[in-house]
Amino acid sequence: MGDIFVLAEHRQGELRDISLEMLTKASELAPKMGGEAVAVLIGSGVDSFAEKLAGYSDKVLYIDDPLFADYNSEKYQKVLVELLDSYKPEMVMIGHTTQGVDLAPALAVEKKMPFVADVIEIEHVDGKPRPVRQFYQGKVNADIAFKGDAPYLITFREATLEVPDASKQGKVEKIDSPLKEDIEYRRFIEYVEAEVGEVDITQSEILVAVGRGVREEKNMAMIEELAKAINADICGSRAATDAGWLPHDRQVGTSGKTVKPKLYIAIGISGAFQHLAGMKAAKTIVAINKDPEAPIFTVADFAIVDDLFKVVPKLTEKLIELRG
Amino acid sequence: MNTFVCIKRVPDTSEAEVKVDASGKDVDSSKFSFDINDADNYAVEEAVLIKEAKGGTAKVICAGPQDADVMIRMALAKGCDSAIRIDDPRINVLDPLQVAKVLAAAIKGQEFDLVLTGCMANDDGAMAVGVALAEELGVPHAAMVKKVEVGDGKIKVQRELEGGIGEVVELTLPAVVTIQTGINEPRYAPIRGIRQAQKKELKVVTIDDLGLDENEVNEAGSLIELQKLYIPEVVSNAEIIEGEPEEKAEIMATKLVKGGLL
Ligand SMILES: Cc1cc2nc3c(=O)[nH]c(=O)nc-3n(C[C@H](O)[C@H](O)[C@H](O)COP(=O)(O)OP(=O)(O)OC[C@H]3O[C@@H](n4cnc5c(N)ncnc54)[C@H](O)[C@@H]3O)c2cc1C
Ligand SMILES: Nc1ncnc2c1ncn2[C@@H]1O[C@H](COP(=O)(O)O)[C@@H](O)[C@H]1O
Repeated sequence: MGDIFVLAEHRQGELRDISLEMLTKASELAPKMGGEAVAVLIGSGVDSFAEKLAGYSDKVLYIDDPLFADYNSEKYQKVLVELLDSYKPEMVMIGHTTQGVDLAPALAVEKKMPFVADVIEIEHVDGKPRPVRQFYQGKVNADIAFKGDAPYLITFREATLEVPDASKQGKVEKIDSPLKEDIEYRRFIEYVEAEVGEVDITQSEILVAVGRGVREEKNMAMIEELAKAINADICGSRAATDAGWLPHDRQVGTSGKTVKPKLYIAIGISGAFQHLAGMKAAKTIVAINKDPEAPIFTVADFAIVDDLFKVVPKLTEKLIELRG
Repeated sequence: MNTFVCIKRVPDTSEAEVKVDASGKDVDSSKFSFDINDADNYAVEEAVLIKEAKGGTAKVICAGPQDADVMIRMALAKGCDSAIRIDDPRINVLDPLQVAKVLAAAIKGQEFDLVLTGCMANDDGAMAVGVALAEELGVPHAAMVKKVEVGDGKIKVQRELEGGIGEVVELTLPAVVTIQTGINEPRYAPIRGIRQAQKKELKVVTIDDLGLDENEVNEAGSLIELQKLYIPEVVSNAEIIEGEPEEKAEIMATKLVKGGLL
């Protein structure tokens, strides 16, 4: 009892960062819960991942079977149900990722687990883990208590904490897959590579990024003028690419590109965590937004709280003038 | 193809100030404007596209107050056939697993091939209801879908993964699919559709009508409990540029050029 299971996440031969992020959090919590941080790894040909995970956990439970060559939430669910019944951990952590959100809610229903999604922090209160999550796209935090019996289940948000160097030597335990046969009702077919456009924004030095605040496609002309004045490429939030103002390969964020330009000018972008994850590593960030509470300002170096339609044309004009 | 599409009424808080009310457990929503959840708008369009291509029905399910009727009628105007709204203040909307139970109860016992939900509600951001609903209904699912191809007794969908990569999976029908924004271009409701929508069936039910025991879906019966809401401390190291809009633009331009940031 008291153990925390962390579902390791990997795809196309790579262990994903969220695995180590969750193990870092689990390692901090497990001693308070009187248990261990246990990495649960399910895959095929994943010896090297087991080794890597051991550096961050007290124990690695590991299933290596061709059945798991590709991720399939329904198969994972069957395996996890068996593991929970045999090992009885107190809490299970799954990434709040495209894998995790495809798996955790169904597991919670099947096992009747107290479940909190998209957790950004876990405290330990009254002898129990107590998650914190957000509502209204980051504008409100919520402390949520587990009422029912363990095991508790959470999905944990990506990129919320720094992962230190490996400092543990967890024991690695390989176990047989409790699932023996493939399932028919959900089948993995293939991966589809990301769209490639004419400009690779991951290589851009200067980016002008637009969001829903720009309102209409015709207003992109104003943005293009700014971009031209400073030799920038244009990218945007998901709202901007969904609206068709920009091609999909110009989307910045978790489901788009991760960019690291010298300068990122965010115009009319609120700064949802999915967007911030893709641009917060930019060297200098200028944010223009009329809402002083917009989360984009948490990562900005320069904040212009104002109407973008008043600021941007003038900014362009002045830049042209100064640069000659 | 008989499709159900689940839609939620949510506040637009992207530009609104959000304040926690005196109870500390809710926000003051008196100044919010509400509409259909973003992703659900795309789910409605997908349901109508499937109906247009394959025949059958597209029915709307919504758990929410009477004010939601406006957006439900809009979905009917776009081509959905009928709607069920579960109107019951006992439903604990803070627990996605309980919401999923309510939606499942409204669907169970009816014939369906496909259930569409949005992949995320913008207010709670849980990304959980659709996948939980699949488990309640005992059918397979795929989350975060950006392409749907309906086949014979099967459906092929492309799930969106991180970094713009896609994953194609095949599901045996009936199934639940959660729809990601951008999958299609939601239409505007045609005038004729708006008129017709007034005549389409919009059934309002309670959890009792659905045969649910209130403890399955109310706050007391939840396995989680909201303790406290609070505004997160905004830690910003940003230099705030002050002045009239034009002045701000000038100051910023000067900093960019003279500060060697370009
Ligand atoms: C699974 C998943 C993956 C996602 N992946 C991504 C991703 O990769 N990238 C991404 O960006 N999003 C992603 N999103 C969407 C994300 O949650 C947000 O919905 C999106 O980032 C919002 O875009 P936005 O900031 O442009 O729009 P909004 O949130 O609507 O913000 C618009 C902003 O413009 C401001 N504004 C409006 N008018 C003006 C004006 N006149 N002057 C100044 N400011 C103004 C407003 O104050 C507001 O802050 C994803 C969502 C999901 C569910
Ligand atoms: N009250 C509701 N009524 C109908 N559908 C809902 C409701 N709540 C959530 N949903 C559906 O579930 C999806 C995901 O919601 P969530 O898990 O809360 O992020 C939404 O996009 C809706 O399609």
